[in-house]
Amino acid sequence: MKLAIRLSLATLLASATGLAAAQTVLTVASFKDLDRSVTAAIPLYKKLHPDVEIKLVALGYGDHHNAMITALATGANLPDVMGIEIGFVAKFAEGGGVEDLSKPPYNALQYKDKFFKFSVAQATSRGGIFAAMPADIGPGALFYRKDLMDKAGITEAQLTKSWPSFIDAGKTLKAKTGSYLIPHAAAIKDIIIRSGLKDGEGIYFDSKGKILVESPRFVNAFETAKLARAAGIDAKIGAWSNEWSEGFKRGTIASEMMGSWLAGHLKNWIAPDTKGNWRSAGIPGGVNASYGGSFYAIPKGSKNKALAWDFVQFMSTNREVQIAAFRELDAFPALVDATTDAFVDQPMEFLGGQKARQDWKATAAKIPATDVDKLDPVAAEVVAAEFDKVLEQGKDVKTALADAKKAIERRVRR
Amino acid sequence: MSAVLAPNGKPAKERKRRRLKPWQLMPYVFVAPFFILFLTFGLFPLLFSAYASFFRWELTAGLGNMKWEGLGNYAFVLQVNDLPWSRFFSGEFWSELYARDFWRAMYNTFWLGIVSGLPQHLIAVPLAFFIHTKFRRARNPVIAMYFLPYITNTVAITLVFSSLFSRDFGVINQVLTGLGHLELFGIHPLAWLFPAQNVDWGRPEYTRPIVSFIVWWRFVGWNTVLYLSALQTIPKDLYEAATIDGAGLLQQFRYITVPLLRPMMLLAVTLTIIGNLQLFEEPFILTGGSGGVGQVAETVAMQMYKVGLNDGDFGTASAVAWLMFMVIAALTWLNNRTLGRKD
Repeated sequence: MKLAIRLSLATLLASATGLAAAQTVLTVASFKDLDRSVTAAIPLYKKLHPDVEIKLVALGYGDHHNAMITALATGANLPDVMGIEIGFVAKFAEGGGVEDLSKPPYNALQYKDKFFKFSVAQATSRGGIFAAMPADIGPGALFYRKDLMDKAGITEAQLTKSWPSFIDAGKTLKAKTGSYLIPHAAAIKDIIIRSGLKDGEGIYFDSKGKILVESPRFVNAFETAKLARAAGIDAKIGAWSNEWSEGFKRGTIASEMMGSWLAGHLKNWIAPDTKGNWRSAGIPGGVNASYGGSFYAIPKGSKNKALAWDFVQFMSTNREVQIAAFRELDAFPALVDATTDAFVDQPMEFLGGQKARQDWKATAAKIPATDVDKLDPVAAEVVAAEFDKVLEQGKDVKTALADAKKAIERRVRR
Repeated sequence: MSAVLAPNGKPAKERKRRRLKPWQLMPYVFVAPFFILFLTFGLFPLLFSAYASFFRWELTAGLGNMKWEGLGNYAFVLQVNDLPWSRFFSGEFWSELYARDFWRAMYNTFWLGIVSGLPQHLIAVPLAFFIHTKFRRARNPVIAMYFLPYITNTVAITLVFSSLFSRDFGVINQVLTGLGHLELFGIHPLAWLFPAQNVDWGRPEYTRPIVSFIVWWRFVGWNTVLYLSALQTIPKDLYEAATIDGAGLLQQFRYITVPLLRPMMLLAVTLTIIGNLQLFEEPFILTGGSGGVGQVAETVAMQMYKVGLNDGDFGTASAVAWLMFMVIAALTWLNNRTLGRKD
């Protein structure tokens, strides 16, 4: 009898504590680094909603997206809000697993003009589904080693004027200092296929799903990258490899074209000792492109959509929150309003006191709102494989692009 | 007794199904964990993937949106339409076939499987014989050394190899170019043999050999242990009789060891076939998931991963998996026929 009484008392107590803690719990799933912006925003959100408990589940980049795909596939363990990287937005949107935020009760299109226009386009997939709210963006820039360029007598104008002049500068640099100008010729290809695009155009597919890889854009991209390889200005090193970071550390690679966030990576772990030697410039040939970007979406299986939407709005449209992420993590805001913060005008020590954020802001405003397709990653993979053959095996550019088109057609099932 | 007599008065049939006493249920309880785990994590996924291979299943759309596709997924994987069949005997047909993802992956898998698998056995059998006959006290430590790669984590091994083969900072290039630059009395005696520049091991012609080498290196010890255990079951008097008859070591190896090892060869080769056709980790990590330039090291298992998790098309990925299963089953059967025959 005693045991029974004890047991029932225990259950009573447990349920009582459960009642006392009966707050609303909002589950937010995010990936590493983006989770820090959520952590930074939680105290601010608590001020407005003291009764809401935010449960943050953060995994590594790959693990997080795999976990989200599994959750969407099975409908189990779905969070209320999910942070997603640009490469997955279209895939999640077209699968129909996330809420279309353009529809009521969300009506997210009211915020359309508050963001840099290209980030809204990135979040919109086929059929006008507005799948996710933009959080941060990565305006593209050319980061280069000022000290090495000075040694070789190369000016910034020479680097940025045009691709031929960029390649010539690379030759001079190689002759005078022995350093390579870029890690891999693929960077040039990736930029040129994004050049000259207008609002509403896609990189690999047009609005009707036609494959565009045989267009002059791609031919030019492949040919120019081939010239760069022939000129011997690329170190033949893939991004994010050990050789890549080691090359920046030792100064054997003098520049890289990526999103503005690369400055943070260089400063924090890749090459902290090269502080003050780097500068940021526009991408050669005046191309405005974006690299990466993070978004927040609400899965259809979310248990508390109203609150989830409130939180998503808070993360993406609240100026204070966006500035907090900007200042603390250097995540470039997607919210135009947040880029009027004084932080933009601060000189950056790592870039030798350059006020580079002003340039990035200007770039962000100029990036065209290109169309995205859920098959973009597939097309990118096929094009990259053919590009390798052109560089390594001397495959003819036209044949390679024709083969790429065929290979994409075989992978596509609409 | 009341349990035996059924209310409708038909006791005869019921008597046979006597009720088990609780303690008689215990054995079933004890074996239950395995069966529960096997059913949930073994049998169910297996059957479900067979089921899913007939459906169009856009992963992010959820389970509710599976659409019947029939054999469409298999046709999509095989892509045998518009092949130039009329030129079957010319190179054009085969290069066209190689351009299609599944067939290229199949070719790569076989290439890697044969080049890494065959030497495993060609070396493991003599090695096991050598260890068995020549080592006495040092035998166990020696076996342990050979076995070590097998029990070490594949990912760790592959990462170590990829840093060994690193172009600019790898040990292998340092040794090779070091030997090339070696100077004796003012001349470079080895310059003709070793490279003066760092070798770019990422080039497509090196990718498959490097992957094969890693796989070979990992499994040679495992096969040696298998053969060694079989060698120990061969009666000593056979060798003694052979020695008296004047047979040398090589003859003993040829006429006693190899024939009596055949049952173990069957097992070892079967395991190699299964393992090599499912090759995934080594090429995946070494090439960063891409399969290298020209996707020369993209195996079928890697393609399945890519289709399933990158493209989010689990129906097609399941179809790839079942096609792979059929190939493995066929080869295992063939192996059984050749090595398993009794004479």
